[in-house]
Amino acid sequence: MKVRILVRLKPGVLDPQGRAVHHSLEGMGFDGVDDVRIGRMIEMDVADDTTDEALNTMCEKLLANMVIEDFAIEKLDNEKAPA
Amino acid sequence: MAFKAGVITFPGSNCDRDMAVALEAVSGEKAIRIWHGDADLPDGLDFIALPGGFSYGDYLRSGAMAANSPIMRAVVAAADRGVPVLGVCNGFQVLTESGLLPGALMRNAGQTFVCRTVPLSVENASSLFTQSFAQGETVRVPVAHHDGNYFADEATLDTLEGEGRVAFRYAEPVNGSRRDIAGILSENGRVLGMMPHPERAIAPAAHPSLGGEDGKRLFESVIGSLVSA
Repeated sequence: MKVRILVRLKPGVLDPQGRAVHHSLEGMGFDGVDDVRIGRMIEMDVADDTTDEALNTMCEKLLANMVIEDFAIEKLDNEKAPA
Repeated sequence: MAFKAGVITFPGSNCDRDMAVALEAVSGEKAIRIWHGDADLPDGLDFIALPGGFSYGDYLRSGAMAANSPIMRAVVAAADRGVPVLGVCNGFQVLTESGLLPGALMRNAGQTFVCRTVPLSVENASSLFTQSFAQGETVRVPVAHHDGNYFADEATLDTLEGEGRVAFRYAEPVNGSRRDIAGILSENGRVLGMMPHPERAIAPAAHPSLGGEDGKRLFESVIGSLVSA
């Protein structure tokens, strides 16, 4: 089973990286960008019987830092799976 | 009384030797070097140091993988028994990732790696790590980090301040840390995490911008408290 995990900074946590990229986009002349926030996407190939609980624990203990980040788990069906 | 200190080495640690040298210079005792993959600590350690560096190449988040290494389970258990633990730079990141200290260390607000000697204000001069300093004194200690921007929510910050757990504060802007926090103590005061490198300030150097002995006083505090106790 392919699993895609999106790790994002919690709302309200300042993202200096996103701010710098936002500034660059404006400098390049792209108007109308209100905000930029940068996260991390993790793709995993896991056994089909991996439980949601196990995936959550992986995120809470290692893949995300719950002090500053939130995560979302997306299970991909085979058609949508990355090559 | 003998002073038995252990210095942990993770893959990518690069200040472990300096930490051992600083401990040995002040205590006169050989520091024990410990590999991250070991499941157990040597018996009877008086003190544990987590050094600076780039454990696991800072992959995923600084300190995240080191915090889950076998030896860290033993370090957490030792800290729970009251064994003092010092984490410097990457060691501080490992301490927050392992839950021994609250908060997180994020990318510097200015996005750049900061490498210079900075003034620190001693905010708590009564802990076992800081008793050789004077309250409110300004000391100079080098920093060298990309992820030193201390973050915690307002309630946690208020708790840290209210309980005297902010050990050091930057006396000038360095990395965007909340409330200029450079180092914090655990609730029982026996775990200290700090971004500045005291082990790099244990001897004067030829050039005035280098060296200094303010860091040495931190080791004198620790060893003085533990050996006289």
